[in-house]
Amino acid sequence: MGSLESFWNEFSGWLPHVQLAHFLIVSAILFALGIYAIATRRNAIMVLMGVELVLNAANINFIAFSRYSADMNFDGQVAAIFVIILAAAEAAIGLAIVLNIYHRFQTVNVDEVSSLKE
Amino acid sequence: MQLFDLVFYVFALITLISGCVVVFSKNIIYSAFSLLFTFFGVAALYVLLHADFLAVTQILIYVGGILVLLLFGVMLTNNVISVDMKTGTIQAIPALIIAAVVAGTLAGLSYSTWRGVGVPAAGGPQTTTGTLGRMLMTSYVIPFEIASVVLLVALIGAAMTARRHRNS
Repeated sequence: MGSLESFWNEFSGWLPHVQLAHFLIVSAILFALGIYAIATRRNAIMVLMGVELVLNAANINFIAFSRYSADMNFDGQVAAIFVIILAAAEAAIGLAIVLNIYHRFQTVNVDEVSSLKE
Repeated sequence: MQLFDLVFYVFALITLISGCVVVFSKNIIYSAFSLLFTFFGVAALYVLLHADFLAVTQILIYVGGILVLLLFGVMLTNNVISVDMKTGTIQAIPALIIAAVVAGTLAGLSYSTWRGVGVPAAGGPQTTTGTLGRMLMTSYVIPFEIASVVLLVALIGAAMTARRHRNS
């Protein structure tokens, strides 16, 4: 434990102290990953996974601001609870629609299901 | 406080690396199982932010509910026996540029705006479950009730939508 602590003491000069901005940056990168998944993946289930990543990034923001606000109010955490509720509903409905698309078109690739265009 | 920093960096790395695996992996099963680690990493970040109830809710609902639902979707819509689990990407280069610009803008903005904001002095450790429950029953009772109706409607709608139509 002592060696680990000395190692960490040398290391901590290079890594900055964790503050609000660190959580926000992690959330920003997670959000961009979700955006990339939504934009590029052809499989509809991968698109749903991208949506889940975006919602998780938003939730990190809510809870980080709630923690670092002046009087540690809980409004951000309540908002995060509602986001989780809506994510559950969205996943259920989205999966049902994807299953229906698969039964009708025998594919779940979002770029092949384009019969509304014709 | 230094242990806090170490734990944050470890779990942030876990979250971001497994998030990259989710997005960039060709095999959709690998993506789904990597999403598990992303959700656990985000739950650990919630614990670091003193949101214990939210962390447990995250594990219960995301890992226990949504991830299992996504895995069922993968199993029901792909040919698991054949090697058709690979999924392609479309327009990868423009999307990569846009995602990089979004990440850079958001990270840069939040860093330049909120740099130096530390933990407030009064924010000691405290349990959140009782406070959250009281808030859901007092000032947030209308959204709470609406959310329950939304869940019921989503449940019925999903069951109706996914049902196999016998004669039509």
